Amino acid sequence: MINLKKISKWYGDFQVLDDCSTQVEKGEVVVVCGPSGSGKSTLIKCVNGLEPFQQGEITVDGVSVGGKDTNLSQLRSRIGMVFQNFELFPHISVVDNIKLAQLKVLGRSDDEAHKNAMRLLDRVGLADQADKHPAQLSGGQQQRVAIARALAMDPIAMLFDEPTSALDPEMINEVLDVMVELAKDGMTMMVVTHEMGFARRVANRVIFMDEGRIEEDCTREEFFNTTRGERAQIFLSKILEH
Amino acid sequence: MFGDFDTGVIFDNLHFLVEGMQTTLVLTLIAIGGGLILGTLLALARLSRFRALSFCAGGYVNFFRSMPLILVIFWFYFLVPHVVGRPVGGFYSVLVAFVMFEAAYYCEIMRAGIQSVRKGQIYAGQALGLSYAQNMRYVVLPQAFRNMVPILMTQAIILFQDTSLVYVVGIKDFLVSADLVANRENRILEMFTTVALVYFVICLSGSLLVKRLQRKFAR
Ligand SMILES: Nc1ncnc2c1ncn2[C@@H]1O[C@H](COP(=O)(O)OP(=O)(O)OP(=O)(O)O)[C@@H](O)[C@H]1O
Ligand SMILES: [Mg+2]
Repeated sequence: MINLKKISKWYGDFQVLDDCSTQVEKGEVVVVCGPSGSGKSTLIKCVNGLEPFQQGEITVDGVSVGGKDTNLSQLRSRIGMVFQNFELFPHISVVDNIKLAQLKVLGRSDDEAHKNAMRLLDRVGLADQADKHPAQLSGGQQQRVAIARALAMDPIAMLFDEPTSALDPEMINEVLDVMVELAKDGMTMMVVTHEMGFARRVANRVIFMDEGRIEEDCTREEFFNTTRGERAQIFLSKILEH
Repeated sequence: MFGDFDTGVIFDNLHFLVEGMQTTLVLTLIAIGGGLILGTLLALARLSRFRALSFCAGGYVNFFRSMPLILVIFWFYFLVPHVVGRPVGGFYSVLVAFVMFEAAYYCEIMRAGIQSVRKGQIYAGQALGLSYAQNMRYVVLPQAFRNMVPILMTQAIILFQDTSLVYVVGIKDFLVSADLVANRENRILEMFTTVALVYFVICLSGSLLVKRLQRKFAR
């Protein structure tokens, strides 16, 4: 479904991504972890073309992300994305956040978009918050709305960039629960996170990144049960302490 | 001197004065609306990644911001009839002058407004599949506008005062109307006191509104 072939990217002289290759099959959940500044956000933003890259090729459902003839907006509308800081639109209500792209990108009728939005809000347990503005919700609630907003586009895959790291500890689980459910429903997911509990429960594979390179790319069992490279070992022992 | 301060002259000429105020307000409102639309387009052009476009918009802004408004008014008064090939009357030439002039200022305000919207918001719009234009229209500009409301209002108050310059091309705005009455009735003190009071009350109310909005947005 998602295929990355030898991706390299530079900011000026600084190489953020170095020859990264991996793939995510349909229905697979792949967790990406690694120390701060290792390029995780950059990598996942390359997948839907939010960040350009200079070398290599990424295809999603057979469509080349960097391709000259690719309709990038159309491709993005088929890939859901959830951000660390939620990025709900603060000037419109929760339900309008979920309706906007359905109306403007997919051309759905107001009625259809509304029904779909309410169904998804119900699914993430927030149907009673539909008419509030994002700022009136807690962080955890905002992130669940952001997930509903992405799901409203009926995506073929979902990208998550540290969806719980801006949340207070007591709100992390309400978001992870929604994500676990999604994974169990067979959604194709690429998730940047340090929540190893989440990885243990639903990840098919775990990728470890360091200094712009993919250092480990293995199954969940291999990742948690066998000895890994030294850097990954140190990193993992640090985050598992928490 | 204040002994024979005659307020009657105001009421006798109220209709005439109100007409003058209407001209002032219409001019102000159209200049705000037109200036804001043109200014927003200029701001988008200035922020565009097409060099030529942002260069031209930058040139426009710098040019108008270095010109005294009164010169711009004169200039359009003589230029517009030439361009359209027939006399258009002072009012329309002045409208064009104000819209073009204000656009340069509104451009800079909206540019700062657009830059005040977090990058993540633009990513979020893009990730949903919104086109550049849709992202601007539904995500970025509404937030930019909201962030800039107090400054936009302050600019509008300045504009309201500046419209009095139209006397140079013989438009009967509020000030000119009052001046005509003052000279005709020989009631200079009464009329100019009234004019000052009216401008003061309107601008002060505007400033107070801005303060309130600022407090509201700060929360
Ligand atoms: N626009 C930019 N210009 C220059 N350098 C950048 C830019 N964006 C990111 N970087 C650099 O690229 C590197 C990778 O950034 P990235 O955000 O992908 O890391 P990350 O793994 O997501 O880290 P974190 O866990 O802190 O989110 C960092 O060293 C960062 O400083
Ligand atoms: Mg990151």
